[in-house]
Amino acid sequence: MPDRQSIYAKVVEMIAPFNKKGVSITEATRFAQDLEWDSLTVLDFVANVEDEFDVIISMNMQAEIETVGQLVDALQRLQDGK
Amino acid sequence: MTDPGIEGTAAAEGPSSPDLFSKFDPLIQQREQLLASGVTDPFNLVMERVESPTVAICNGRRTILLGTYNYMGMTFDPDVVAAGHKALDEFGSGTTGSRVLNGTYGGHKAVEQALCDFYAMDHAMVFSTGYQANLGIISTIAGKEDYIVLDIDSHASIYDGCALGNAQIVPFRHNDVEALEKRLKRIPEDAGKLVVLEGVYSMLGDVAPLKEMVAVSKAAGAMVLVDEAHSMGFIGEHGRGVAEAQGVIDDVDFIIGTFSKSVGTVGGFCVSNHPKFEILRLVCRPYVFTASLPPSVVATAATSIRKLMDSADKRAHLWENSKRLHAGLRQLGFTLGTDEPQSAIIAVIMPDLETGAAMWEALLQEGLYVNLARPPATPAGMTLLRCSLCALHSEEQVGEILGMFAAAGRATGCIS
Repeated sequence: MPDRQSIYAKVVEMIAPFNKKGVSITEATRFAQDLEWDSLTVLDFVANVEDEFDVIISMNMQAEIETVGQLVDALQRLQDGK
Repeated sequence: MTDPGIEGTAAAEGPSSPDLFSKFDPLIQQREQLLASGVTDPFNLVMERVESPTVAICNGRRTILLGTYNYMGMTFDPDVVAAGHKALDEFGSGTTGSRVLNGTYGGHKAVEQALCDFYAMDHAMVFSTGYQANLGIISTIAGKEDYIVLDIDSHASIYDGCALGNAQIVPFRHNDVEALEKRLKRIPEDAGKLVVLEGVYSMLGDVAPLKEMVAVSKAAGAMVLVDEAHSMGFIGEHGRGVAEAQGVIDDVDFIIGTFSKSVGTVGGFCVSNHPKFEILRLVCRPYVFTASLPPSVVATAATSIRKLMDSADKRAHLWENSKRLHAGLRQLGFTLGTDEPQSAIIAVIMPDLETGAAMWEALLQEGLYVNLARPPATPAGMTLLRCSLCALHSEEQVGEILGMFAAAGRATGCIS
């Protein structure tokens, strides 16, 4: 089971192709405000993350996730739940 | 507080809260900018007189209608209109009540029977609008522990049905069978699953690969709901929709439809073979807590639905119209939403909202009405001129329409 650090590293790596503005990524980076992603970008990114970690991140969960750190926490919970 | 002019009111106002309308400022600004350029407001057109399913008078000008969803042209059918007159005379102007109280008349049962006959299904439930049909069915059957898997390009009424309920919402990429299958496989096996699809997607007029999607949904043990709003009456041998045309209607658990397109009036419905379907009449809030359709509306709907069963010639002519308009627009150099005509909707893709609005107005001046569609209704932030054909558009009218597109397209620089 991947630890939190490796989940974070993977998420940062997966953000890169969508990081058109070259924002430097930290745990506190916000998807909407800092990365300025629209709903279609979010869909593409979430689909990639779902496939990578083999999980479902429902829209209900997405509504609670604002930052990179929150996404990593959610992924860790989903992995632990398996 | 030192300004004597505001001192009195400042104390009365207390802590300053934001204006609840501030959130609309960007849209208000965009609209003002667009209208300042001098174009007619595309979302404020008035039909002064309506002569037929294909012609109306707008701004005093005779205008061909190419954006009404009146696919089968039933709105002026003499039998349909006569049935409405008769019901209005015999049952009055409205029911003033819910379907479960005083709002079920003979006509409501008759239109539900017409739907059962039309779809060859056991149960039909009629709602006051198509929007409410999706809102009611989706929010009621998918509960807190259940999952709804839906196409990302689903209609607003489907998303609102999800928002009204408590299920987990899982979207997948538009018309992507593999993306649907992957998500279904990740949902816990013992969780309830509802897959929500549309036959025809109304923005680009493209059709879903229902055959494959229904198969992977059933393999995962999911129930399947298909919204056939834009295909009823037209697609499929009996006009039952895309699920019929692709041979999977028997595996679809719920079909949602509307009376406001091919049927030619207003109202929505769900048909199903589920043995426990009738219980929904007691638990579905958008069905219970609203007044039922007026007697004249259900009478026109029932008459229209029965006539649509036997409309193969009209279906064939509508396909001819769709093919001819699609080929003609393409030849003129317009970019269209689909490579081939897949439905009675043909979407012309505009480079941006300003050009779209200018083209829309140029068409209106030529005497043609189409829909201007823009985000958030459209996918991928597109601006579209959406054309929906009618079975009663004559061959000559389609020719006229192409001439108007050529003139307006050149005047606005959309085509050379």
